[in-house]
Amino acid sequence: MIGAWGALGFWVLATLANVWLAKRFSHNRLVQLFIPALFGVTLLVLWEGIVRGLNVSPVILPPPSMIGARIASSLPMLWTDFNQTILKGALSGYLMGCGAAVAVAVAVDRSPFLQRGLLPVGNFVAALPIVGIAPILVMWFGFDWQSKAAVVVVMVFFPVLVNMVAGLKATDALQRDQMATWSASYWQGLVKLRLPAAMPFLFNGLKIATTLALIGAIVAEFFGSPTRGMGFRISTAVGQLDLPLVWAEIAVAALAGSAFYGLVALIEKGVTFWHPSQRGRA
Amino acid sequence: MKDMSSPPVIEAKGIGLIFQTDDGPVEALKDISLAIGRGEFVSFIGPSGCGKTTFLRAIAALEHPTSGTLTVNGMSPEEARRSRAYGYVFQAAGLYPWRTIAGNVQLPLEIMGFSRAERAERVRKVLDLVDLGGFGKKFPWQLSGGMQQRASIARALAFDADILLMDEPFGALDEIVRDRLNEELLKLWNETGKTIGFVTHSIPEAVYLSTKIVVMSPRPGRIADVIESPLPRERPLDIRDSPEFLEIAHRVREGLRAGHAYD
Repeated sequence: MIGAWGALGFWVLATLANVWLAKRFSHNRLVQLFIPALFGVTLLVLWEGIVRGLNVSPVILPPPSMIGARIASSLPMLWTDFNQTILKGALSGYLMGCGAAVAVAVAVDRSPFLQRGLLPVGNFVAALPIVGIAPILVMWFGFDWQSKAAVVVVMVFFPVLVNMVAGLKATDALQRDQMATWSASYWQGLVKLRLPAAMPFLFNGLKIATTLALIGAIVAEFFGSPTRGMGFRISTAVGQLDLPLVWAEIAVAALAGSAFYGLVALIEKGVTFWHPSQRGRA
Repeated sequence: MKDMSSPPVIEAKGIGLIFQTDDGPVEALKDISLAIGRGEFVSFIGPSGCGKTTFLRAIAALEHPTSGTLTVNGMSPEEARRSRAYGYVFQAAGLYPWRTIAGNVQLPLEIMGFSRAERAERVRKVLDLVDLGGFGKKFPWQLSGGMQQRASIARALAFDADILLMDEPFGALDEIVRDRLNEELLKLWNETGKTIGFVTHSIPEAVYLSTKIVVMSPRPGRIADVIESPLPRERPLDIRDSPEFLEIAHRVREGLRAGHAYD
């Protein structure tokens, strides 16, 4: 019990400290970083104190210190899993799926025939449940990362396609008339006007796709994989009641997902600096 | 600079244009015949729906007349477009927010395949011409509306077309900015000797700028009156208080009334 009361006491003190800091030094850059950091530490302390103080079984919820120790003791394994699932499975699938979606969007935009034919097919594929499609793709492409990349392609393709098709329509009549008065060719109009104008839309799709890619790559490993990978590790660790390892993999996945999203958001900021939603946020 | 002996730059003979809409055909232009000579400044004035913009767009091959013949430099409007006969300034500046002012001005030059060195030289020249010399590196959203519209005029001038078509370019600007831009436009016209077609809602603007005022009336769009202005080419702003100016303005207003423009 003492641990739980101690954690609650720490929480109250840290909150008071944060309130005081926010009032006094709200314009200090360091303090602006320190306040959320202290809040995060508070959550961890609260978690640790309550779990230890109330003797919660590690199978239900291990304390963060135990998860931290597990991460520290299995770094090589976590790296192998990260490499297998995130870098090989998710990232390659993400690049292929998004690239294909952009290419198809340009084709769909050019041809009304494809627009009527391909968009419903894309919609249909996107509506297929991943737990149904993943085992099939594992059969087709084997146990290794290729099948995981295929699942990721299926998952990211449609959201990116829909956003990109909308983006390519985002120019107004005046801008198209301008291009016409300069006798611009289709490709010139595409490269100089419509692709740049579509970027804010495209990046919406790309950001949504980052988390989908991670989910797809991890879940697909549940249906067959070599003896490495985050999804494989989670499913086997659950079987062995090694919950600290499950939490360690979750922590890595959460960090990787945030970093992936952050990276895409950073690229977006550079590419669409001109858009009203990005201006003045330098 | 106006040369009556040379063939007209823009010549329309019995132009008609019918739009097919969901509510049936709409006659946007009816029997428009007009000749515009080299170096003229021609304003098209009339109420909404009189076809002034449609006619300007037809000259630029953005609309296609359904009857009559229209030639630009003796060619069809499409051929004239391909030979870079005109620059077109739209109601809104329509600058690309992801390009700097200089980048926007050189956009048509990129499309037309000018060399990098020539692009830089021309951009510098036309930005100076519209008094935006120091603003090439700014982005459009960092400039005022009047400056943006000046940049769009620079863009239309960049490839040095002989004809400048302007569709209510100053319509969205306040009166003070508009006065100054009118003055600058006249100066630019005097310096370059271009032929200008100018659509406007404003009677003083039309009278102040033009050597020829085409008064149009709606339903169907047709020419109600063509007024050759007796004002000199050099026009200080206060010419607008002179009796000649007021007399022309009066005649424009009469033309609009006769065309039932005020109905």
